[in-house]
Amino acid sequence: MKKVIVKPKVLHNIPWHYCPGCTHGIVHRLIAEVIDEMDLQKDAVGVASVGCSCFNYDYFDIDMSAAAHGRAPAVATGIKRVQPGRLVFTYQGDGDLCAIGTAEAIHAAVRGENITIIFYNNGIYGMTGGQMAPTSLPDMKTTTSPYGRNVQETGFPIKMTEMLALQEGCVYAERTKVSNPASINKTKKAIRKAFELQLSRAGFTIVEILGTCPTNWGLDPLQAIKWMEEKLEKQYPTGILKNSKGDSVICDKK
Amino acid sequence: MTKVEINEELCKGCGLCINFCPSKVLNYADYTNNKGYHPAKLINPEKCTGCTSCYLVCPDCCFEIYR
Ligand SMILES: Cc1ncc(C[n+]2csc(CCOP(=O)(O)OP(=O)(O)O)c2C)c(N)n1
Ligand code: SF4
Ligand code: SF4
Ligand code: SF4
Repeated sequence: MKKVIVKPKVLHNIPWHYCPGCTHGIVHRLIAEVIDEMDLQKDAVGVASVGCSCFNYDYFDIDMSAAAHGRAPAVATGIKRVQPGRLVFTYQGDGDLCAIGTAEAIHAAVRGENITIIFYNNGIYGMTGGQMAPTSLPDMKTTTSPYGRNVQETGFPIKMTEMLALQEGCVYAERTKVSNPASINKTKKAIRKAFELQLSRAGFTIVEILGTCPTNWGLDPLQAIKWMEEKLEKQYPTGILKNSKGDSVICDKK
Repeated sequence: MTKVEINEELCKGCGLCINFCPSKVLNYADYTNNKGYHPAKLINPEKCTGCTSCYLVCPDCCFEIYR
């Protein structure tokens, strides 16, 4: 018998620190599968952010860098500009991308940097203990909004990918989820599409992936998947937000 | 013919594979692994169709599938 499906070779064979059932792991595997299939192990560079995924430089067997909180798009910009032939992506949570890192992300898109942001949205600050994030849903209970997020006081959930998609330098923006085999396959296709566009120097690309945080949502892994589909997806509908074909190079960086 | 192998030591007993297996091949083991989790286990291996759903939903890359 032949091994037909095994852990992608772009992942080190070590256990991950994520909580049981946390879908960060699924997204890591999908990125690794795409890098494997596109034969980019030597060319890919990932930039880890600050959040639960901050140790993922130990998990991917590719060149990795780590950025200060929210600064991954700036670090990725530098790497891509000095090594334009490489595939450069960031991996950022919603706390990292949509709070402290908002300016970096918007201006990377405005400049049409040829980088890809992989944005893991679980609507909460996971690593620091489940505080409210700009993405938290109205009335969502978190450790800093124990009675539910009061939008009168704290504002409304941020639609980051929509904002990025509005910028001319952004050529591709899609929101997906990882809640069942079909949506997981779809997410993989979106990651591949973004990476292919980047390699054709099309411009800035982002894939937002709705994921879970069973621990800080206070749900078991299965309930968390259901909550993601019923609540998170309602606020953040999945689908392609921008797809400008990629046949024209809009912002070639030398 | 399909064969599914589970790396029990990587498993965190989250149950996602058990829930998403369409053929009810998987369940929790009655013992624990070194991390203290009840790992997923093949209880009806003969019913496996090789659909790969378990591999796809597992957040900890515990599955290997052979054909
Ligand atoms: C400059 C700075 N401010 C604040 C923090 C604290 N901090 C660490 S992780 C984090 C948010 C993480 O949330 P998210 O990006 O959503 O990732 P998750 O843990 O949910 O995967 C914060 C605020 C920090 N490390 N550095
Ligand atoms: S705290 Fe939440 S996001 Fe972080 S590893 Fe645990 S479940 Fe995942
Ligand atoms: S391959 Fe399909 S049928 Fe076989 S154990 Fe996995 S999910 Fe079940
Ligand atoms: S999905 Fe993976 S980690 Fe979760 S119970 Fe199944 S084998 Fe274990």
